[in-house]
Amino acid sequence: MFGDYSIGDLGSIFVMQGFAGLILFSVYVLMALGLAIIFGQMGVINMAHGEFMILGAYVTWMTSNFFQAYLPGLFAGYFFLAMILAFIVSGALGMLVEWALIRHLYKRPLDTLLATWGLSLILQQAYRSIFGAREVGVELPQWMLGSLNLSDSIQIPINGIFVMTLTLLITAVVGYLMYKSRWGRQVRAVVQNRIMAGAVGINTEKVDRYTFGLGCGIAGIAGSAFTMIGSTGPTSGQLYIVDTFLVVVFGGAASLLGTIASAFSISQTQSTLEFFLSGSMAKVITLLAVVGILMLRPQGLFALKVRK
Amino acid sequence: MTANRFVNRSELIGILVLAAFLVVILPLCLDVFRLNLVAKYLTYAFVALGLVICWGYGGILSLGQGVFFGLGGYCMAMFLKLEASSVENTKIQSTPGIPDFMDWNQITSLPYFWRPFHSLTFTIAAIILVPGIFALIIGAAMFKRRVGGTYFAIITQAVAAILTILIVGQQGYTGGINGMTDLRTLKGWDIRPDHAKIVLYFFEVGCLFACIFIAQFIRHSKLGRILIAMRDKEDRVRFSGYSVANFKIFAFTVAAVFSAIGGAMFALNVGFMSPSFVGIVPSIEMVIYTAVGGRLSILGAVYGTLLVNFAKTSLSESFPELWLFGLGGLFIAVVLAFPDGIAGIWADYVQPRIDRLVGSRKPGWVASIDSSVADGAPAE
Repeated sequence: MFGDYSIGDLGSIFVMQGFAGLILFSVYVLMALGLAIIFGQMGVINMAHGEFMILGAYVTWMTSNFFQAYLPGLFAGYFFLAMILAFIVSGALGMLVEWALIRHLYKRPLDTLLATWGLSLILQQAYRSIFGAREVGVELPQWMLGSLNLSDSIQIPINGIFVMTLTLLITAVVGYLMYKSRWGRQVRAVVQNRIMAGAVGINTEKVDRYTFGLGCGIAGIAGSAFTMIGSTGPTSGQLYIVDTFLVVVFGGAASLLGTIASAFSISQTQSTLEFFLSGSMAKVITLLAVVGILMLRPQGLFALKVRK
Repeated sequence: MTANRFVNRSELIGILVLAAFLVVILPLCLDVFRLNLVAKYLTYAFVALGLVICWGYGGILSLGQGVFFGLGGYCMAMFLKLEASSVENTKIQSTPGIPDFMDWNQITSLPYFWRPFHSLTFTIAAIILVPGIFALIIGAAMFKRRVGGTYFAIITQAVAAILTILIVGQQGYTGGINGMTDLRTLKGWDIRPDHAKIVLYFFEVGCLFACIFIAQFIRHSKLGRILIAMRDKEDRVRFSGYSVANFKIFAFTVAAVFSAIGGAMFALNVGFMSPSFVGIVPSIEMVIYTAVGGRLSILGAVYGTLLVNFAKTSLSESFPELWLFGLGGLFIAVVLAFPDGIAGIWADYVQPRIDRLVGSRKPGWVASIDSSVADGAPAE
């Protein structure tokens, strides 16, 4: 499959596809960060995570429509507000769900999977009833369109760089929150020993609720980024949920660094293969490789050494 | 309860009631179209039955049962499709004698892996062996390394995703998103007219009861009790010297073979097979049949499947919008409020009343029901 291209061409193809994969990478990282927090830290399988992401995408879409209709002068900056709103709305819904549903199921992780799957069906139908079954697309402000020309054959889309920067920023914030802040210490304490954490005065219920809310909120931001690579429909989130779970498991569930590394390798493999093969075969080979590696190394790339 | 009998008295009554319901009442009350719908639902009951063993007793939640359902179904469909694409049936094609979708995709000769499916014996063996061996490989790879629980669920889901994408992508070999349609005859016997549908229905019910008896046998054998012990305290079973991985592989493989039989029945009864029964969404939906019936109840799986599917058909006929809300709510309700499904409700509320009405039963009989419920209670 490489035979028809010269070495220079191949180099350009890899760089271009690599940057094209960056937005996919960002969506994976943001989705997986949220999941890694919820699954890795709390042990809850949130099958509705894709729907939280799509909620963020719909919020972005509504914000862009609002700015177009009422504040066209400020349209250039709407994306920042949209992301903040997406975070707040998805996070709030997440906290509500934790209160109503998840907190009853902490001892039964497989059952959270079924319950959140039910939730995802309900959310999908709710989106369909509210926003309609048609997929919607978001219009980007002028400055995000276009691309930087590095050389004659290499062009980098600006929105890719933007989303990428943002992803790194959010990852850094989450990393700080989890590993350096007082709150992160509390979260990790609750994960490691819920009863003892409660005994030393940590409000475990509150910690659980905010952790779940944070994970869902980040999914909302992922939804904002998602609007740049795909159109938003009621079931768009479902397509990403398995990929994202694989990203989390592949990286090693409790490791943020592993999540980033695995999101990067999976999205780049897929994006590069897509140039040479059909999209579906690229996906099959990527998934097969991930499942194969997981069979050889079930603990994922970066396993946290924990005595069980 | 005598340990060696594989049905106790109350279970025997339950099986007889189910047999009367499926063999006598439904065929008498329903027209052929509705009976064929029931036949379609019952194909999922095979999957649900497998999940009772694998998930209810073994504690292994597989979200990829659609994979095995699909493998079984596609094996059957390949045989039927080859028979339907005889040279004289397909003489208008540019290459007669190959399935129509291959002709549309510019494939000029039958691929090598299709050729053995000319033989019915090979096909029947393949329906059992292909999914069985596939499950054996996945199970061995995962359980020998002590991957279980949620990780296993996610990986089976990924397998379901891979197989769907592969089937849809390789249109020339598999029929793509439309699947294999227009299946006509089985060894020259037309499977489409009404009388054939009725024969196939009874054949399917026969197979279902064979599977129910196998499940009963496993449940009451020592093997079944090790499965339950393993689900509740895996480490203790391991420390007692049992190979936990092998028992898990066994349970998973049995579930896979049951699903595959269901898939083959689907291809026969419904007359087509498509990737929409393979992927993640149908696989998870199959789990809900088991959950509604009661994940510990072999007969409950059959009732759960029928109930959910009847609800789905009637709700989506009249209120298509409501169905997803209903299904989603069902998932949540079953998990939060009724972890033992219909069987749990029956054992908690209906059975005691019946006992009171019947009155003077031997106490041992009631105790055996209680113990069969108690030893199957959820782990935590």
